[in-house]
Amino acid sequence: MAEQPLLKISNLTKRFGGLAAVNDVSVTFEAGKINAIIGPNGAGKTTFFNLVAGAMPPSDGTIEFQGMDVTGMSPDRIARLGIARTFQTTMLFEQSTVLDNLIVGHRLRTQSRLWDVIINSKRLRDEEKKCRARAAEVLDFVGLSHLANRFILDISQEERKRVAFALAMATDPELVLLDEPAGGINPEETENLASLIRKMVRHGISVCLIEHKMDMIMSLADKIMVLDHGEKIAEGTPEQIKNDPVVIEAYLGSDEDVEA
Amino acid sequence: MDRVLNFLASPAMKIVLLAAGILFPLVASSEYQIYVMALAFIWAIAVYGLNIITGYCGQLNLAHGGFFAIGAYAVGLLTVDYGWAFWPAFIAAGVIGAVLGFLVGIVSLRLKEHYFAIFTLCVGFIIYLLIEKWEELTHGTLGVISIAPPEGFGLVDFTETIPFYYLVLFFLVLAIWLISRISRSLVGRTFLAIRISDDLAQSLGINLMRNKVLAFVLSTTYAGLAGALLAGVVRFIGPDLAEITHTFDVITYLLVGGIGTLMGPLVGTLLITWITQAVQSFEEYRMIVFGPLLVVLVIFMPRGIVGTFLTWRGRRLASKAPAKQSASRVENKNSEEAGTHG
Repeated sequence: MAEQPLLKISNLTKRFGGLAAVNDVSVTFEAGKINAIIGPNGAGKTTFFNLVAGAMPPSDGTIEFQGMDVTGMSPDRIARLGIARTFQTTMLFEQSTVLDNLIVGHRLRTQSRLWDVIINSKRLRDEEKKCRARAAEVLDFVGLSHLANRFILDISQEERKRVAFALAMATDPELVLLDEPAGGINPEETENLASLIRKMVRHGISVCLIEHKMDMIMSLADKIMVLDHGEKIAEGTPEQIKNDPVVIEAYLGSDEDVEA
Repeated sequence: MDRVLNFLASPAMKIVLLAAGILFPLVASSEYQIYVMALAFIWAIAVYGLNIITGYCGQLNLAHGGFFAIGAYAVGLLTVDYGWAFWPAFIAAGVIGAVLGFLVGIVSLRLKEHYFAIFTLCVGFIIYLLIEKWEELTHGTLGVISIAPPEGFGLVDFTETIPFYYLVLFFLVLAIWLISRISRSLVGRTFLAIRISDDLAQSLGINLMRNKVLAFVLSTTYAGLAGALLAGVVRFIGPDLAEITHTFDVITYLLVGGIGTLMGPLVGTLLITWITQAVQSFEEYRMIVFGPLLVVLVIFMPRGIVGTFLTWRGRRLASKAPAKQSASRVENKNSEEAGTHG
């Protein structure tokens, strides 16, 4: 069977008024790989994620996920198809426990409605058990089982990032989009998160991430796409990107983020 | 200390509260107190409704008082002008609340945050204007007089204060029971995810519109039924019932007691009702006391009395948990109790 790319983006464009935040980007991401998107601030990376996740419709172009055209689909449908994401700022319910935060993650794989709640149906009880089990499982996966009953208020930034990963994992995704997973955490923690990302891939989840930390990207990514002013200026292995003169000029050579 | 805290959050506490509710008429010093308490319970039901859409689902609905008035007017007009008995009119009030909630919801919930709040503020005002100006239907400023009381089926007489008190208590318990079930369920967790953020909820595969409309309809149904009960006890209603002040009263009860908590609406409503009774002689000036208090509360206890208590207790429990790590069963139990819902 011919290799079908996990995600096939063709001529993707998003215009806000006169500004093309993403301009004619075509790229394919393969399953089981770590794909990175880099670029200076304002290059359109997060917009690119928003388009893939369905959070906003593209102005032009198509997005195919596992061979299915998902262009313009609502984000909740795309999530059910198997694309999960994390956000630059972790959004969690602070006054609640870690485990409680994760239970809703598996909601999209359940059917219970209000009526099930009123009559306390068997379906609801089974599904709640399933969601709870899945929450415990993903918490274990990210290595935070010992914090299950801690309040989000009381855990560190890195731990919050892990909880956000776990929440995305609870949706049973094929592909996870990570928006600056290592933002605001120290180098050692960054290394730990990188190994967690590798672990996700080993468990059959494909990853696509936006990141500014070059060390992390270069050692982690299988493939890198570079965006600048909404356009794809390069694509390749970390080795190729490092030596690409266009990239060096547009990004590495001119941007202080390199040192970050 | 911990024993007191645990008791306050335990199921036994709920039984104590219920017993207190049942015994209250025996210890009340006057029938007036029982009447005030019954009215407070009715408002508490409305506050529970607001808590669903605003507390759990995070959408500030400023038309809540309007839906409460619609429920009251449904009973008033159906019994007085159309000769319905109270109970069918009561059910109709719930249905009307739900249907209008659905219609308003599918339009207004397309808006987010402040826009939604402002839109519903306008909806509330339109409801007020309709009630005041549409004289053929609503009797306008004259209001609706001699509304039918709930029929007692030959057993009790609900025009008496004490039987009516128990009737309202019954509905309050039912209202709380249903909310407790919803809030702990996957449906409640879905609402909570929306409250954290629309984007997050959608990224978790949650259909925003469907769930927001569900929460909105539930809340307007509660408001409609609470309004219907009010019509059944005061027996006289006027358009002032739909004034925005009632919406803000309800929001105040919710904020003081604890937004997004199970017992918050009850605590807030009872507390403010009785404080208001105590300072009644101050009349309008009591706002000089309430205003600053509310500001202080919102700044320092944004989750209200119950929410602050639950967070405090939950963190306390969690910080002690590692000491007895082997007791995983205890931990699981705690997570169920200490959750967001208390």
